[in-house]
Amino acid sequence: MTEMAQTTAAATRTAETVAARLGRRYAAERRFRALGLASILMSVAFLAILLGTIVQKGWTGFMQTQIALEVSFDPQVIDPDGGRDPLTLDTADYADLVRNAMAARLAPDADRNARRDLSSMVSTMAADQLRRMVTGNPALIGTKATVWLLASDKLDMVSKGQAPRQPGAVGNVLNDRQLAWLGALEEAGQTRKTFNTTFFTAGDSRAPEQAGIWGAVVGSFFSLAITLLVSFPLGVATAVYLEEFAPTNRWTDLIEVNINNLAAVPSVVFGLLGLAVFLNVFHLPRSSPVAGGLVLALICLPTIIIAGRAALKAVPPSIRQAAAGLGASPLQIVSHHVLPLAMPGMLTGTILGMARALGETAPLLMIGMVAFIVDIPKSPLDPSAVLPVQIYLWAGSSERAFVEKTSAAIMVLLLFLVSMNMVAIILRKKFERRW
Amino acid sequence: MTMNLYAAQNPASSKVAARALDVHYGEKQALFAVDLDIRAGEVTALIGPSGCGKSTFLRCINRMNDMVDGARVSGSLTLDGSDIYDRNVDVVQLRARVGMVFQKPNPFPKSIYDNVAYGPRIHGLARDQAELDEIVMNSLEKAGLLGEVEDRLQESGTGLSGGQQQRLCIARAIAVAPEVILMDEPCSALDPIATAKVEELIDELRENFTIVIVTHSMQQAARVSQRTAFFHLGKLIEVGDTEQIFTNPQQPLTQGYITGRFG
Ligand SMILES: Nc1ncnc2c1ncn2[C@@H]1O[C@H](COP(=O)(O)OP(=O)(O)OP(=O)(O)O)[C@@H](O)[C@H]1O
Ligand SMILES: [Mg+2]
Repeated sequence: MTEMAQTTAAATRTAETVAARLGRRYAAERRFRALGLASILMSVAFLAILLGTIVQKGWTGFMQTQIALEVSFDPQVIDPDGGRDPLTLDTADYADLVRNAMAARLAPDADRNARRDLSSMVSTMAADQLRRMVTGNPALIGTKATVWLLASDKLDMVSKGQAPRQPGAVGNVLNDRQLAWLGALEEAGQTRKTFNTTFFTAGDSRAPEQAGIWGAVVGSFFSLAITLLVSFPLGVATAVYLEEFAPTNRWTDLIEVNINNLAAVPSVVFGLLGLAVFLNVFHLPRSSPVAGGLVLALICLPTIIIAGRAALKAVPPSIRQAAAGLGASPLQIVSHHVLPLAMPGMLTGTILGMARALGETAPLLMIGMVAFIVDIPKSPLDPSAVLPVQIYLWAGSSERAFVEKTSAAIMVLLLFLVSMNMVAIILRKKFERRW
Repeated sequence: MTMNLYAAQNPASSKVAARALDVHYGEKQALFAVDLDIRAGEVTALIGPSGCGKSTFLRCINRMNDMVDGARVSGSLTLDGSDIYDRNVDVVQLRARVGMVFQKPNPFPKSIYDNVAYGPRIHGLARDQAELDEIVMNSLEKAGLLGEVEDRLQESGTGLSGGQQQRLCIARAIAVAPEVILMDEPCSALDPIATAKVEELIDELRENFTIVIVTHSMQQAARVSQRTAFFHLGKLIEVGDTEQIFTNPQQPLTQGYITGRFG
């Protein structure tokens, strides 16, 4: 009886103590949850600020200003002897046509200075525009037509509100006369903003309104293709060997430690290695996607190997045993069962590694991918830029009109990164298996 | 140690014969001088308390211990009179002759058909698709699973119930047409009904295969086996006809174990 009373008393005591502590436990839990929520909100806020500034600075980069001009395709300028020789048509002074059209519209009796001011309101690309029109259709010669011509970066900035409009203001990029002309054009509805296709089709240029990211996109694509071709098979083979075939001894331990350390080595170091090995020893072309891709492959390799080994480890041993019990050889066990099951994990790791490679800048600077390159690369051996380096170059440019291009290019880069990560997520979801 | 009458057979006449078999895992010895004969066309049950080396003995017969780091086997173990651990023995070929069913059902995450067809495929047992189909159907039939899965052969084997999965694993093992089938507690993850089905199946398979089964259930050993071997702390204590072991054990240890005094 007393024994029972004792047990009851003990139970009551337990209940009371637990109840007393319960309040504190819940409070701790609430605090923890609030902290977690706060930190998430903070990171979301930072992200929003980052993206907000980039978008706000950069979205205008996707627009360009054009001017409508009545151009007279003067035979005297284009083809004085009327032979319609393609070479003559191709090399004619179309800039003169542009200047004439501007003068005719805005200042019919302009002197040399005024004509220079006029022509600097229009991009030098306008002449190319006219050349393409004429070589495509020589019948235009001798006629007049209204053409939308690309404005210069300065006019573009004023028109987008990135530079002052008031005559005499600090930081003017157009002089008073030019501002007045711009006003006249705008009043007559002769300016417009259209989608900036140049930005997506052109290579780099000294003139901001003619600069595009296509060269860098192609360069990035070539580099990443090389990176993938080199690092994926090597990484998977290494992971499979280390995980499935290598004997466990001091050497494999040493290799494992080294691979883990390599993953943490700053990428600049890989760039130096690439400079020393790929350029100086193997004499690969400087600032080419081959060299860049190989350096990036070195950077990706540890990540891919580590992710690959983790994916292989996650394959349940029962599957290996089942296959071995049926008489599958070690290679068959791996290639028929383990590798297919580990593949989604390996692919995810690879895509994340590639996403990192896409954003790498420093190691590519080391191998000279920082050169100013106008041409779109045609093969991985051509000199080329890559997206992050292009951003770096534009960010360092003194031309103010490159500010919006920089942010616009960052947006494009982010878009690529996000879509690569999406692919990784979709792959993982798609191939997730039960066993 | 008194070696019993049954073990003293002529090794040549038994399917599998162990003589002075020692197994070490690193420093630790798991089997001590085991002499055991497995007769063809019979079900031999291995019983004994947990950790006594039943699975270890089983894994020696198809050399699954090769996959365990630090496992060493010494003594002699023969299949049809030829040494399993001979240097010239090919493990792939050995495992085609000695199949295995594991404690936990472990179908491949592939279709039911591919699960069963896997063994015949890697060993090239079927000359054409029709022959492969026949092997698969036959094996599923023998495993008593055909009726339940006939119309969903292309669905994943992992989508079956536990008992069905285990019978799928048995079908997968017999599709290779092995001579010996090793079963390591094949029913421990199954409910009584699925267990009954598997036991029935084992009884039928006895006609064509030599079966060695590890089990923790005395009733199961009594129901399915013709001979029973009792292990204790890595030593084979007693082996004999199942009926004799359960009704008239010669060793006090065996007696104690089957009457539930320890283990
Ligand atoms: N891979 C291994 N590495 C080291 N020791 C092992 C290994 N496998 C088994 N052992 C040891 O060998 C002894 C026998 O193990 P075994 O698995 O054969 O026992 P068992 O009779 O099958 O037990 P259970 O009935 O619990 O399955 C045990 O003491 C165990 O600790
Ligand atoms: Mg066991």
